[in-house]
Amino acid sequence: MKTMLRGNEAVAYAFKLAKINVFPMFPITPSTLVPEMISKFVANGELDAEFIPLDSEHSAISAAIGASLKGARVGTATASQGLALMHEILFIASGMRLPIVMGIGNRALSAPINIWCDHQDTMAERDAGWLQFYAESNQESLDLILMAFKISEDKRVLLPSMVGLDAFVLTHTMEPVDIPEQSKVDEFLGELKARYRTLDTKNPATFGAFGSPRHYMEFRYAQHFAMERAKHVIDEVFKEFGEKFGRNYSKINEEFTEDADIVFITMGSCSGTAREFIKMKRKEGKKIGLIKITVFRPFPKDEIRKALKGKKVVAVIDRNFSPGFGGAVYGEVLATMYGETETKIIDFIVGLGGRDITFQTFEKVLEIAEKSLEGEVEKINWIEVDKEAVEKEEMK
Amino acid sequence: MKITRGAVVEEAGNSIENKTGTWRTFKPIIDYTKCIRCMICWEFCPEPSIYKEDGSEKPAPKEALKKLPVPIIDYDYCKGCGICVNECPVKAIDFVKEVK
Repeated sequence: MKTMLRGNEAVAYAFKLAKINVFPMFPITPSTLVPEMISKFVANGELDAEFIPLDSEHSAISAAIGASLKGARVGTATASQGLALMHEILFIASGMRLPIVMGIGNRALSAPINIWCDHQDTMAERDAGWLQFYAESNQESLDLILMAFKISEDKRVLLPSMVGLDAFVLTHTMEPVDIPEQSKVDEFLGELKARYRTLDTKNPATFGAFGSPRHYMEFRYAQHFAMERAKHVIDEVFKEFGEKFGRNYSKINEEFTEDADIVFITMGSCSGTAREFIKMKRKEGKKIGLIKITVFRPFPKDEIRKALKGKKVVAVIDRNFSPGFGGAVYGEVLATMYGETETKIIDFIVGLGGRDITFQTFEKVLEIAEKSLEGEVEKINWIEVDKEAVEKEEMK
Repeated sequence: MKITRGAVVEEAGNSIENKTGTWRTFKPIIDYTKCIRCMICWEFCPEPSIYKEDGSEKPAPKEALKKLPVPIIDYDYCKGCGICVNECPVKAIDFVKEVK
């Protein structure tokens, strides 16, 4: 059944369909509507779950760990500073191998305070050992949450997942969303069954206590091993989801890439704008293709390498920035393409702190990408930024 | 330590395998000729690595005290925090630099 939903509502419906048992929360813009909806579901008796309001995000994710250790299916939602406050506990969740699923309204980090969209919050947690998915639409937000539970809870994975949806562009924008039937979701996700050792007074154990230098590296290697296996599990789950619900997903989406000289790489909601821009440009005879990254952790190296093989120019659209280096996606694509010397990889920093990514933005990206066919261009390009004003002030 | 998923220690009661006595820099030594068997050290030991034993064979400041149990320090687990030294009301516990 198609309903008009905001992205946050789609996430809340996904948690309801997944029949989560526990939802620990602390509200933060732009994710607040998720806990609001869940509290309504619980109050109405539509969802049999424990709704736990806490004193901070740090406590919310800690409660999520406790509940997950007891074998509960746990969801929560946060964004930006909230996710940053969870930082140290994120590593504990993944180290303890707990399949928690979290919805993130991708938002910029302070200072200055900015509540709008970019991917800096989740990028800063790239190394936390969580799987990372990025949604292009509200439908994808709902679907990816459901699939994230199935992937995270798989015995071969047992790592937590975060699903990012762009602040406001998705979280607060209405789109038609197909809410799958409960019976079909039940069939897809199965009965909740913790496939790991849980808290049990009759069978006591110690969790996450201590790993000396003699053992710690093995536990880290275990996370690497699980991430590698997750690549296969993701493919399996995406395929099964496609068969059951008729919506197909893959780690990366390739469009118009076959004959393309220039390929754009995008993540999140700006993929739609990029697609329309590319369609328009192709009508003018320009050979441009698009790769949308849906799964950022584990990073789909093999797929990207294969898709970009022999391409002349790759324009990486980064909605994040690592000061002192460049965009995070750029860095990963660069490493993935090591040795492919005929492909030029160029970084474009765009849309930070909610600045709109429009056709004009992509026009500028394309201009530089095309120029690189003829000669050298800057490796890292800040698009639509008043550099002059900044440099004047900095040089004072 | 066994390598388990999520670093779970699957059995209870195995902290005994972790001999924390190696952490010690200073070592408390009870002088039983001064010890009045009040058991304050036993009560305060946070580890706890002081236990009670029959004291009839140990020297004592008074013959009558030999009927009472004595505190014994288990050096396998004593980390040398010095709380017992600080709490002893008759200064019967020496604190000497550990020689290894």
